[in-house]
Amino acid sequence: MAKLLEFEGVSFIYHSLENETPALDNITFGMEREEFVAIVGPSGSGKTTILSLLAGLLEPSSGSIKIDGKPIKEMRGKASLMPQRDQLFEWRSIIRNVTLGLEITRTNTAENKEYALSLLKKYGLGEFIKKRPSELSGGMRQRAALIRTLVTSPEILLLDEPFSALDFQTRLNVCNDVYSIIKEEKKTAVFVTHDISEAISMADKIIILTERPANIKGIINIDLNKNLTPLERREEPNFAGYFKTIWDELEAHNDRRT
Amino acid sequence: MTEEHKKYLKKIKRHNLIVRISQFGILIAFFAIWELVAFLEWADPFIISSPSRIYKTTMDLYTTNMLFNHMGATLNETVISFLLSTFIGTFIAIVLWWSNMLKRISEPYLTVLNALPKIALGPLIIIWAGAGKQAIIIMALLISVIITIMSMLSAFVSTDKEKIQLMYSMNANKFQVLYKLVIPANIPTLISVLKINVGLSWVGTIMGEYLVSREGIGYLLVYGSQIFKLDLVMASTMLLCILASAMYFAVSLIEYLIKKLY
Repeated sequence: MAKLLEFEGVSFIYHSLENETPALDNITFGMEREEFVAIVGPSGSGKTTILSLLAGLLEPSSGSIKIDGKPIKEMRGKASLMPQRDQLFEWRSIIRNVTLGLEITRTNTAENKEYALSLLKKYGLGEFIKKRPSELSGGMRQRAALIRTLVTSPEILLLDEPFSALDFQTRLNVCNDVYSIIKEEKKTAVFVTHDISEAISMADKIIILTERPANIKGIINIDLNKNLTPLERREEPNFAGYFKTIWDELEAHNDRRT
Repeated sequence: MTEEHKKYLKKIKRHNLIVRISQFGILIAFFAIWELVAFLEWADPFIISSPSRIYKTTMDLYTTNMLFNHMGATLNETVISFLLSTFIGTFIAIVLWWSNMLKRISEPYLTVLNALPKIALGPLIIIWAGAGKQAIIIMALLISVIITIMSMLSAFVSTDKEKIQLMYSMNANKFQVLYKLVIPANIPTLISVLKINVGLSWVGTIMGEYLVSREGIGYLLVYGSQIFKLDLVMASTMLLCILASAMYFAVSLIEYLIKKLY
């Protein structure tokens, strides 16, 4: 069976007046449907570039990206981005924030609006549909941002360090929420993070990138109980082993630099 | 409501009352001292005028049907130039935001036009537009339109890049980014530009009236100073204060309505 997502020999170079900066070098990986893949790597290694390529915001300098066997250009909107901060529009109510993607694609039908409402209710935001984002807590805002990503029914969710702006306790709770929403809605997700523990607690597979220009240093399959929440997965006996493996890979990079 | 909350509200009310009484008190004291100084002739009332003389001059203007003619003429020119500069300025800012190439081409021209004292263009405007209402409106428009373009453009281009990226990732086109994000995100800037334009439009109109008019408050100011009728100059200045404040409050009302809508 064809993979849902195929990254085939993808390279990307940023151009500026002064120079050109290769960000990705010959990246190849694939993803199955409903898989949760985390990407970790040193700062500036091109993790966000991979998401931008998947969101169609950038085009690869070479190589190909396919979703469902079709070039990504033909599949615009099939991968939906959840940025680092929630980026909710303050002048819109929560329901109007969540249906923004539907408005843009002119698919704001009664049925789709009903779906948005059902998601908001299901994930504890039913009472807040007419509120402004500033009236919500950090965790609620992240949930609203994730629902905004879900309502357009994308094939792949692109999560760009979505918890980085949250305090640690909220972060752990939101992690649980986001994970359960993604699993319940049977979505495929690519998750970029600096936090190794977060990556292990949520992902089925972790891609470790080298320093820039990024290549794939290793892919680690995470074999933790999928029925547990991310917080519970942190208590699993082999969690520490995964952590050490990934840490060592990333440290090897730091050692070379020092 | 708890006793503590009642106390808190009472404290806030008292604070607000003191502020209002002080504001009103300063105004009353200013006019009272001014009147007293003129009445006791500590300063020559011919030079400094007085509130009672200003009142009398204003009533004279009213009884000769001149008051509303002059106020109406100036208000009309100011409102037209205010609306034109806001709409034209915002429209040009949108065009320049849309095309980075046009933005870059126009940058030096905008900088020079912004630095140029617009009064220097007065003689040219009078020759081109004629010594009438049009010249005054063009003068007022020139004074506020450049600052409107620059303020709005600077706000448009500093719209959160991540939000723009988010919209493009949702397959938005540039027009959707403009009206769903860039314009609503910059409503606060638009409101502050409106407030700045109130002041600039009055400056432009009065300046224009100094140069060409046969009616209006600017005309009264020039006429009063030429014949050394300082009461008329002071009365005109007071009328100007009242009209400019009224327009500022009108803009504040618009701000309130927009904030309620958004």
